[in-house]
Amino acid sequence: MNPRPAGAAAVAPAPGVLREPDAAAPHAQLRGVTRVYPAAPGGQPVHALGPIDLDLHRGEFFSVVGPSGCGKSTLLDVLGGLAVPSAGSVTFEGRPVAGHVPDGIGIVFQEDASFPWLSVYDNAAFGLRRAGMAEAEIRERVDHALSFMGLRAFTGAYPAQLSGGMRQRLCIARTLVTRPRLLLLDEPFGALDQQTRLLMGDELLKLWRDTGATVLLITHALDEAAMLSDRVGVMSARPGVFLDVVATAWPRDRDSNIVSDAAFGRITGRLWSTLRTESLKSLAFGQEAALG
Amino acid sequence: MKGISRAGWIRLLVVALLLLALEGACRAGWIDPVAVIAPSQMIAGAWHLLASGKYTRPILLTLSNVAMAAGLAVATGFAAGWLLYRLPRLRRAADPLLASYYAVPTFIFYPLFIVLFGLNRWPLVAIGFIFAVVAMALNTLQGFERVPRVLRRTARAMRLSTREELVRIVLPSCAPHLFTGLKLSIVYSFIGVIAGEFVLSGAGLGFEIAFAYNSFDNATMYGLMILLLGFVGGLNMLLYSWERRLYLRRGGR
Repeated sequence: MNPRPAGAAAVAPAPGVLREPDAAAPHAQLRGVTRVYPAAPGGQPVHALGPIDLDLHRGEFFSVVGPSGCGKSTLLDVLGGLAVPSAGSVTFEGRPVAGHVPDGIGIVFQEDASFPWLSVYDNAAFGLRRAGMAEAEIRERVDHALSFMGLRAFTGAYPAQLSGGMRQRLCIARTLVTRPRLLLLDEPFGALDQQTRLLMGDELLKLWRDTGATVLLITHALDEAAMLSDRVGVMSARPGVFLDVVATAWPRDRDSNIVSDAAFGRITGRLWSTLRTESLKSLAFGQEAALG
Repeated sequence: MKGISRAGWIRLLVVALLLLALEGACRAGWIDPVAVIAPSQMIAGAWHLLASGKYTRPILLTLSNVAMAAGLAVATGFAAGWLLYRLPRLRRAADPLLASYYAVPTFIFYPLFIVLFGLNRWPLVAIGFIFAVVAMALNTLQGFERVPRVLRRTARAMRLSTREELVRIVLPSCAPHLFTGLKLSIVYSFIGVIAGEFVLSGAGLGFEIAFAYNSFDNATMYGLMILLLGFVGGLNMLLYSWERRLYLRRGGR
């Protein structure tokens, strides 16, 4: 973790709630990562992220929360190889990630990324066909993934015939069939209602348990982060750095029922106490920008 | 009949009633046969023209001119649309020209095309081409611009090469716009070529219609018009049904 910036609120670990992260070798690692966007004509360069240090442990579920515009998605882009850091290094399974998405990383975006011209089955099979896999194996993997995501009855349908939640499940299934070892999720349930999000969270936990993949989830929703994660990183307003990392100590076979657990309230309370000041800063910055 | 909506049936009924009314008015002598002949006579004339084979050559000449104009317009328009997408500076320079393009009466260039290509089919192909090419270019540009950013990011996340991204993601994503460009190119090529033949040429279906008109040969004139309308209408319906299927699959109506 990067050092806490001066002036950041110190958040003491809540007794009985936190546990130390897995001490095994990191599955993915960021060291001193920053991302500065070049200046637009007549403007200033935008320092969006960092410096960030982060170790993601094999098989853990790590969520990132932070105010709007703090660089959460930039962090995911840099970790996934969709963007090159301006400084620092990113490694996945010990190998550098340098502006390309390495084999073994799967990414699901917030927006609907299903291919409207392909059926549900063909959407899910897209990556495997492109990789030249035998049709029998494709069928086995796709059938399994679609069943897992509750889409088995819709294999012949087109994305336009599905609800928003189903389309998002399709995108997860399409990523899942490639058996990623690191799954990067950029607010995949951002457009869904609260109840659907909770249920999708259960599906995601099931998926995480069954595949053993490492998961990094970007989210705005503190309850979602607290419910799903082994650890939650709280980011500051731009440029985003980690202010706090909260370990939840949930059992691996958890589900959405933990929202009624007393510890759940303590965790979300701690996340909010760190995030509140940053959200206010972000809001004030947005108002200043709007007023010119 | 399966597949025809209620609105479709009403449309058909309205057309049938209008034709029946025209038929009745012509047969009752309310309309001068020198001006308009009965629809049944038009259809009989069209059938006679087809069966006689006398007009096969001009029909084939016109259709081949249209095919060449549309083919060239689609290929060139696609390339131009792609270039405008890739080169924003070029696009900014071309924007005012594109916006006012269809305000230019392109037929005024016919003499220039005769000088350039000679007295053959190519000036007409050129007229059809310049009438159609910008429709294809603009639709191609719009298609490329409207590929959702998330699909391009997905292509990168799936480790697709630039070529794979173009073939597997970008082109399928903008297919409805490309199809609209194709449809408009064919229609505009028809308009350009037929109108050119009608006014400026010595051969082709448009010329034969004009010749029949000047000779007071109503049976031939209306017969050729029916043939032309039938062909263009049939082609347009075929393209429309393909387009509709394409949009329906993507959640359109």
